[in-house]
Order: sequence, then C-alpha cells, then structure tokens
Amino acid sequence: MILVENVSHAHGPNRVLHDVSLAIPRGGVTALIGPNGAGKSTLLSLIGRLLPLQAGRIHVDGLPVDATPGRELAKRLAILRQDGAVASRLRVRELVGFGRFPHSRGRLTAEDRAHVERALAAFDVMGLADRFVDTLSGGQRQRALIAMAFAQDTPVLLLDEPLNNLDMLHARELMRRLRASADAEAKTIVAVLHDINHAAAYADRIIALREGRVVADGAPCDLLTPETLSVVFGQPLRVERIDGTPVVLHHL
Amino acid sequence: MTALAAPRLSRPGLAAGAALVLLATLSLLVGVIDVSPARLMRDPEAWELIFASRLPRTLAAILAGAGLGVAGLVMQALSRNRFVESTTAGTDQSAAAGVLLMTILFPAAALPVKTLGAAAAALAGTSVFLAIAQRLPPSQPYLVPLFGLIYGSVIGSAALFVAWQTDLVQYFAVWTRGEFSGVLRGRYELLWISAVMVGVAWWAADRLTILSLGRDVSTGLGLDYAAMMRLGLVIVSVISALTVVVVGAVPFVGLVAPNLVTRLIGDDLRHAAPWTAFVGASLTLVCDLIGRVIRFPYEIPVGVVMGVVGALLFLWLLFGRRARG
Repeated sequence: MILVENVSHAHGPNRVLHDVSLAIPRGGVTALIGPNGAGKSTLLSLIGRLLPLQAGRIHVDGLPVDATPGRELAKRLAILRQDGAVASRLRVRELVGFGRFPHSRGRLTAEDRAHVERALAAFDVMGLADRFVDTLSGGQRQRALIAMAFAQDTPVLLLDEPLNNLDMLHARELMRRLRASADAEAKTIVAVLHDINHAAAYADRIIALREGRVVADGAPCDLLTPETLSVVFGQPLRVERIDGTPVVLHHL
Repeated sequence: MTALAAPRLSRPGLAAGAALVLLATLSLLVGVIDVSPARLMRDPEAWELIFASRLPRTLAAILAGAGLGVAGLVMQALSRNRFVESTTAGTDQSAAAGVLLMTILFPAAALPVKTLGAAAAALAGTSVFLAIAQRLPPSQPYLVPLFGLIYGSVIGSAALFVAWQTDLVQYFAVWTRGEFSGVLRGRYELLWISAVMVGVAWWAADRLTILSLGRDVSTGLGLDYAAMMRLGLVIVSVISALTVVVVGAVPFVGLVAPNLVTRLIGDDLRHAAPWTAFVGASLTLVCDLIGRVIRFPYEIPVGVVMGVVGALLFLWLLFGRRARG
C-alpha cells in the first residue's frame, strides 16, 4: 500500500509536482504515464526515498519513507532508476546478487542464491551471468538491472521506464512477468511507461500526470479515450479496441 | 559473490603467494653489503643486518604497496572514476602539508601524533576533492583526474612555499618522494596500521562495491551512503598519511594495481581487494629492487622507478583497452 498525500516538489526554481495525492492499494500493476517533464520520475523517486521530501507525506506499508531506516525500507520496496551501473565491471550474477543485500547484508545464503538464479532465469540473462556489466548492450544491461530489482524480492516494486532499450519481445516478456508477480504474489508494482499500449494491455490502473499534476486516474479501458489523452498529451490520439483492449494508434 | 572469497585457497592465490615470497627473499638478499645464503650459514652478523635493515625494508615495501593499491581501489569506488588515486586527488599532498604543519607547530611531537595530523589533513583535502569531483559532469570522466592533478599541485605548491619559508624543504622532499633506503627496524612499524586498513576495506568490501554503483543504488539497497563514504575516506586518508610519513609518497601504485586487477576479475571488492593488495605489494617490491640494482652500488628512490614503470604500465592499460575495444 502506497499513500501519497499533498506532495509538492521543486528542482531549484522549477516546480515539478503540485500537491499530488494518491493511494495505490496492495497488489496490482499501476502505470504512470504522461509527457516528458510531467514529474513521473520525480514522483517515483520520492516514493522510493531517493529524493528528500520537500512538502507532503508518503507512506509505504504504513511506514513514512522519509523517517524509516533505509535498511527497513529496502526490504519493502525496490526501485529501478533510469541510469544505473553503466560503467560497472561487475559480473551480472554479482550485480543481481547485490539485490539480496538488504536481506543478507553481504554473505549470500543458499536462499539468497536461489533468488538470484530465479531472477537471472526470469529475465533471460542466465546466459550473460558471467559477463561484465560494462560489456553488455543497453537492453541486456536493462534486463540485468531489472533482475537485480526482482532479486530484492520486495512487496513493492518501483520501475522507472523499465522498457528502456528492450526489444519488443523482451518488453512483452517483462510486462507479462510484472503481471504474473502482481497476480501470483500480490506485489504492488508501479512503473513509469512511455509505451502506452503496454500500459493498456498489462496495467490494472493508469495514472496520468501533466505539468506536475494528476490529470487522469483509472482503469485502462476508461482512461484511454481520445478525449482524456488529449488532456494528458495536448493532442487527440486515435484509439481502437482489439479484443476489448484499447490500442492507441499514436504513430499514425 | 563469495565463491572465490578466499584467494589464498585457490590455485592462482597459491601462485601469487609463492611469487611474493620469492620477491621478498630476493629483496632480503640484494643490497650493497653481501648477504648470500652461504654467508648466512656461518656469520651471525649477516642475520643482524637482515633483521635490522633488509627485513624492515622488505616489509615496508610490501605494506606500503598493498596499502596504496587498496587505497586506490577504494578511492576509485568512492569517486566512481578509474583514474583517481591518492596522488591524483590531493590526498598525498594534503597529508604532506599536514605533517609539515605538525612539524612547524609541534616540533617535539612523536611520529604517531604527526601521522594523525597528516591523516586529518588528508581527510580534509580528499573530502574537498570528492565534493568538487561530484559536481563535474559524469559524461567527462577525464575531467576528474585532471582536476585532481591541478588540485594536488596547488596544495603541494602551497605546502612547498611554507616549507621554504620555514627551512623545512629537505623534510618536505622526504615526504613527497617515496624511498625505502632509510627504512630500519623501529622506523617503519606504523605501516602495520596500513595493513589493518586493508583488512577494514576487505571487511566492508560488499558495501564499498555497492557504493561504487552510486547514491541511488546504495540508497535503494538500504545502505547508509554518507556513512559508507566517510569510512572509505578514512581508509584512504590513513593509508596515504602513513605512507607519506614513513616512506614518502609513491605514485601510480594506486592507479595501476587496481586497474590491472579490475580489468581481469572485475569490480567486486570482495575479490578485487586481496588481489590489488598483492599486485600493489609485488609492484612496489619489484620497483624497489630495480632501484637497488640499476646503478649498483648507488640507489634510485622507489618513487622515481615507480614513476617510470607505473607510467608505462598505465599507458599500456589505457591504449590496450582501446585496441581490444
């Protein structure tokens, strides 16, 4: 359960978030969408306590993110940022192993290793397990970082543009994994997505931001209409339905 | 993460240990006064020479080399830049300035007290370096060592000016140019603290590795980023201060040893730290040996030999990387 109350944030003179409040119940996939600079990443970073809270309150599982010890929170939420570990010369298995740090504090137990191997297999990086991260392609590295976040095995998972650099099949596979973890393990997953059709197909709920404010919030079927999209992105987009799922034809 | 945690038990680890023992034995036997194994059999005075001079010198080279290598590795994790070491981050120059100040203000103070002053100055100097280095654009990795070189030169020049004014230039030269020829029993033992610091780095290896992934990843994994940064700074500063005070600054060890090791086995400090200690110790010992034999019976300071050998190795690392892509 994530509770955001009256959160505002400014980077220097620029106000990035204006009085945002929302509640995300336990279990399910929530997609954050919106144009560049809408404040999506800032909101995610604030929930993940990577940025200091300037105004308002945020609770995860009832714990205030700005006043709970980092070790405690690291067992409850994992966050994937857009720009992690690019030049690191760690092997993929070592990197994913560090995802277990909140639980093991260093030495990996047999259980930790099982989590690592599962994550390596789940995101198709088993074959790269002994490669150094700095020798991987962008998409391979992205999968390794997602595997690391998954290995952390937290009830809440925050992902900032997880589909970055992924080819379409790996992107689809990732979204299916997210869906499956939300359904089978009741994980709460919040992801910033730019591919609105992945949000339409796999999310339970879409929260749309524009200029630091929540401008739309609801199930994909209700939210993805030309009228709402026009409010979010500033121009109307054509929406069709295939097997009941809305498909936004943004490229036409 | 821990499968190869104890390289002493692995086969490459045994080979490395044997190589170091061989180098150390050579170091015990090479010098102006002949100490051949044959003479050791019949002459007790030869043994005295070994224990009073040769063994301390050999141990000092091993301790200083291992310490500088690991300090470089930790420094590179803190700054997230592979081209930073204590001579290119103002650490050594700050330590020399610190011991100079201690000598001016408290000339009667014991060596450990002066070392403490050097460590405090190194800590302050390196903290300022890191604070500024973090503001440099990460897209320009060469800016950080470039800035560090200039920053270190400024501190070094200011300290040299003070040394000049106070007639301490000769001392200052001793602190800034590494040399093992003056090492005797009773005058190097402080360096054992450097070994303790290497142990601390190994103990904190997992957390230092996470630190090298940046602030966001560290925070996300529940690591106290600021506290870990402070620990790393203390490790680097204490090792630098001890080396500067006891034998004088030795360049390039902290650059070449970690880069060689991480190129081959990666950034995980759990593996990289012991190997970096070994490579740093061996490199320093070899350079000291070269300095002893190249103009026999005269000696060339290890700092000078390392300047040449280290620079060549470093160039090879830089351009070898490009050739292999």
